[in-house]
Amino acid sequence: MAEAIHDIEIRNLYKIFGPNAAAYVDSVKNGMTKEELKAKHNHVLGLDDINLTIPAGKIQVVMGLSGSGKSTLIRHINRLIDPTAGELLFEGKDVVKMSESELREFRRQKTGMVFQKFALFPHRTVLENTTYGLSIRGVSRREADERARRWISRVGLDGFEESYPNQLSGGMQQRVGLARALTNDAEILLMDEAFSALDPLIRTDMQSVLLDLQSELKKTIVFITHDLDEALRLGERIAILRDGRIIQQGTGEQIVLRPKDDYIASFVRDVRRGHVITVRTIMRKGAQAESPVTLPATTLLEEAARAMTNAEVSRANIVNRDGQHIGMITLSKCVAEMIAPDDTEEVDPETEVA
Amino acid sequence: MDLIEFPAMGRSDLRELRIAIDGAFREFTRAYGETLENIFHPIQILLVFIENLLIDSPWILVLAALAGLVWALGRSLKIVAGTVLALLAIGYFGMWEDTMRTIAMVAVCTLIAVVIGIPTGILMARSDRSNATITPILDMMQTMPSFVYLIPVVMIFGLGKVPGVIAVVIYAVPPIIRLTNLGIRQVPADVLEAAEAFGSSARQKLMDVQLPLALPTIMAGVNQTIMMSLAMVVVASMIGVRGLGQPVLQAINNQYFTLGVMNGLAIVAIAIIFDRATQAYGKRLQKHLEAVHG
Repeated sequence: MAEAIHDIEIRNLYKIFGPNAAAYVDSVKNGMTKEELKAKHNHVLGLDDINLTIPAGKIQVVMGLSGSGKSTLIRHINRLIDPTAGELLFEGKDVVKMSESELREFRRQKTGMVFQKFALFPHRTVLENTTYGLSIRGVSRREADERARRWISRVGLDGFEESYPNQLSGGMQQRVGLARALTNDAEILLMDEAFSALDPLIRTDMQSVLLDLQSELKKTIVFITHDLDEALRLGERIAILRDGRIIQQGTGEQIVLRPKDDYIASFVRDVRRGHVITVRTIMRKGAQAESPVTLPATTLLEEAARAMTNAEVSRANIVNRDGQHIGMITLSKCVAEMIAPDDTEEVDPETEVA
Repeated sequence: MDLIEFPAMGRSDLRELRIAIDGAFREFTRAYGETLENIFHPIQILLVFIENLLIDSPWILVLAALAGLVWALGRSLKIVAGTVLALLAIGYFGMWEDTMRTIAMVAVCTLIAVVIGIPTGILMARSDRSNATITPILDMMQTMPSFVYLIPVVMIFGLGKVPGVIAVVIYAVPPIIRLTNLGIRQVPADVLEAAEAFGSSARQKLMDVQLPLALPTIMAGVNQTIMMSLAMVVVASMIGVRGLGQPVLQAINNQYFTLGVMNGLAIVAIAIIFDRATQAYGKRLQKHLEAVHG
């Protein structure tokens, strides 16, 4: 099993769409905006100075609305799209500078990809779809079949090996897409709005499948989505993209608690905050409470409120992973944080989240 | 100035131009005719071989083989039954030999058209420039009255089977080229992107994804090519191709109504057989595309 040990480092990445893109990189670097570039030169600025370190073995979500450049960004990681400038480092190599054959090897050995519209091969059965990555790199049919069957079974498609994609529902098709990407057994898993085309119940279901797999596989997953709930559920780290720029990155909690600007604030306003924020973030550090309730630091506010209410107390002590006391929380503070903030609220910068 | 009469090139200039071009072409024919004939000689051998095979074998075996072929393509008993009945009728009315010659001719022409057409179609699909270059040539091949390009073919090869094959192939190859091109270009971009993302080489993309997905469209092209070569068989009889076309030509010249209709109907019968069999095959290729899940 290829467990991920290498970060993906994206440095000063620019993408300009248009016939004469290279000529305008310097202008953009010197501050020309997307609008000016469009108006003056009729070129489109796709990605604007992207710097992002995608940690090995973690789920990195890139979130943005349509047109924000998120699908463009993920296609740079396996270079389905060539950047106009910048570098993309993996295992100390710049993917941008790879030759045709190096790139092919990189794609075959190091990446798997899942697509929004599934993009299965309609003329191949589920099994043949799943073995595709292995077959093009010359793995023997028997070994490929065996490995593929394992993944087909792992995503819950036992018995459908000989079906054609068109005979399956959307959710099942995307399971095939996932199995196809996983069979490659690569460190990097690229997921381009992989669950966006599925209906809400199936989507939640697939998210669980992914989280479940990841807890065991520890791949470096880049997950693109326009859905904040999905981003918060899956993302160990989240980057928010707008007009081709990363406008904020951090954990879900950091983004919900401290949206960097009004745009992000408007995004996170409707989030179920009690479902995202942990007690660690808002506890009174060091303080001790007279309470029978003791909660781990990673408890979500909703759960904390429920625990205190059930015990009919208004305070609870917080302990860290080793069981040491680190602070306390009140029910009222807990509830206040769960309710959408009045925008003036300041969070104590001391309570930096890990 | 006279606006009614078009200011055409002088009559004598025009005549000289024609003589010059015809002369040059005749020179060319004299110089290279034999070389070209040698190059195309294998076609003659192949055609004669298939013809003899069909004519000299016991008719019952040929009938069984054709029925078997139709079954292999279409997997439909109805089409097989129709084929057998039609061929029995053709034999009964004394057209067996001519029909076999025509089938041999069509088989060879289709084979050549496929061998030329599919690679050309692939080339057009992969390069927009070759697409832009070849498309007008195909337009010309399809709209130029077929009698016109019979002239240079006959000048080079004389009368006979080979010029007939060449004329038929020129007439019948455009659809398979066009539909191969179209079929490959119609492969969904997201599926191609997936192949790319998994690290396929250009050849792997072509063989594993593009051609298989284009195959039903390519088969429609093969079907068109067969139909057009059958239609051209009558015209090709004018330059000495034997088969069902010759009695038709004879019937036209002598106003033999029944002879014309009978041979015409025989052409129709084998056209329908080929058409149904190849279409059924094309449909079978698309089985996996039928949406079973709603």
